[in-house]
Amino acid sequence: MGIRERLSGNEAVAYAMKQINPDVMGAYPITPSTEIPQYFSAYVDNGEVDTEFIAVESEHSAMSTCIGAQAAGARAISATSSCGLCYMTEMLYVAASDRLPITLAVSCRALSGPININNDHSDAMGVRDTGWLMLFAENNQEAYDNYLQAMRIGEAVSLPIMICQDGFITSHAIENIELVETEKVKEFVGKYEPQHFLLKKDEPMSVGAYATSVYYMEAKRQQAQAMIDAKEVIKKVGAEFGKITGRTYGLIETYEMEDAEEAILIIGSSAGTAKEAIQELRAQNKKVGLIKIRSFRPFPSEEIAEALKHVKAFAAMDKDDSFNAHCGPIYAETCAALYAAGIHEPKGINYIYGLGGRDVRVESIQHVFAELEKIVQTGDTGETYRYLEVRE
Amino acid sequence: MKDIVEIRWHGRGGQGAKTASLLLADAAFNTGKYVQGFPEYGPERMGAPITAYNRISSERITVHSNIYEPDYVVVVDETLLSAVNVTAGLKKGGAIVINSHKTPEEVRPLLKGYEGKVCTIDAGKISEEELGKNFPNTPMLAAIVKVSGVVEEQEFIKDMEGSFQHKFASKPQMIDGNMRALKRSMKEVQIG
Repeated sequence: MGIRERLSGNEAVAYAMKQINPDVMGAYPITPSTEIPQYFSAYVDNGEVDTEFIAVESEHSAMSTCIGAQAAGARAISATSSCGLCYMTEMLYVAASDRLPITLAVSCRALSGPININNDHSDAMGVRDTGWLMLFAENNQEAYDNYLQAMRIGEAVSLPIMICQDGFITSHAIENIELVETEKVKEFVGKYEPQHFLLKKDEPMSVGAYATSVYYMEAKRQQAQAMIDAKEVIKKVGAEFGKITGRTYGLIETYEMEDAEEAILIIGSSAGTAKEAIQELRAQNKKVGLIKIRSFRPFPSEEIAEALKHVKAFAAMDKDDSFNAHCGPIYAETCAALYAAGIHEPKGINYIYGLGGRDVRVESIQHVFAELEKIVQTGDTGETYRYLEVRE
Repeated sequence: MKDIVEIRWHGRGGQGAKTASLLLADAAFNTGKYVQGFPEYGPERMGAPITAYNRISSERITVHSNIYEPDYVVVVDETLLSAVNVTAGLKKGGAIVINSHKTPEEVRPLLKGYEGKVCTIDAGKISEEELGKNFPNTPMLAAIVKVSGVVEEQEFIKDMEGSFQHKFASKPQMIDGNMRALKRSMKEVQIG
């Protein structure tokens, strides 16, 4: 029935790593993910895992270490945040295109400048087109559960996977959590048995080779197919995880959406705050609901279009800005999803919110719903590109 | 309304307000509650004002924001009273617990007209006498438990004894001192 505990999000992820006992960790510390390799290195030092911990001099090298190890046939992991993730970017593309299912824990944090250590999604969203699978967690439980599912998903489609949570908001907050017994974790995650790897002595191979124009595009098409295939894998693994824990996961979570006329789309810890806001509004007979995006890569376009098709107005909430004078990534991809599905009725607006740790309150979310109500009443969408609770 | 108690801690970097909030979360967790314990992070430096928070409930907590209308406020460093608006949003039906050698009557005028309960505890003195050092955490934790009743007292004492035995396994002399500080604080906290 699981183990009742209380852990911070970082502790929970480090504990999941310990239960899995991967082969190699290459890591370089950066706030607010520092605790993950810190806790994990203690497990290594105490002999609780037999992982090779490789302390490197930069995030670029941390990811390079993972790439080398995973290509050799090992399970490799790392953790990072913010500019650390930026510094890995070059190697993130290499990991994805070499089809190496590395697992990277990200405690999301803002990017400079102004210099800021607090949460938003600028770091993760900045690398959204590197070819990595990306799952986001609402709380410590989901950060842990997503991590336990990560390797099953990544290894099934040969793509690396990022397990993202909100820096400080969940990474440093102690909350109740239900842990899975280690034997069950080991059985669920299974052994890593890649078909091809560098240390397979009877099958010499090359990794990271040059591809001329004659081959490059086919390699990319295969990579795109792996991302498409990942959608079913994420659902299948999430359902299987549900069988052993009672906590089933899909690409999105819908909350009070059955009869919702106004909805928000959101990622991460503010989804929990939004649930409280929705409960209060539902008590006032307002038909409001929530779509929480768990998988941002692959993007659940059909599922989102299906969930939104009957709403009158929605707000896509972006905890980062694309600085395109237009909108953030969730809004852009949601609108594309609706257009592709031939759904034109819902009126949609975009909020950039919670940058650099700007606190997101129940009242903040209720303000968004109040704006949506106005749009429904007047039929006028107004400015679609908005900043939430900002001094101007 | 949901059954939830919200507590805000004010301290200075390095004094352990964050640790105290995590200890309170632990104590409430051990009695079967749902808990949150989290600090508000800024540029970390010794001596700067810091804030930490607790939510304690018998139901699962989904909100992930700071606390603006706390039921209780704990002030680990008295000098913050002139630097930070510690009673901001504090509910009238709640209480503020301040680490001070003064009486509640002496402190109340500094609290911008707060009408609820004002409690003081000389955590510094208790800590100096029982632990030989100024570690106000344990007495402050005991005082807020006493004043708020978020954890049943006897259960709390028993639970803390277990925690200290675990935490100070290599420094057993610290166990008795901390337990004395804890019990003294629960007795000596002045409620005004």
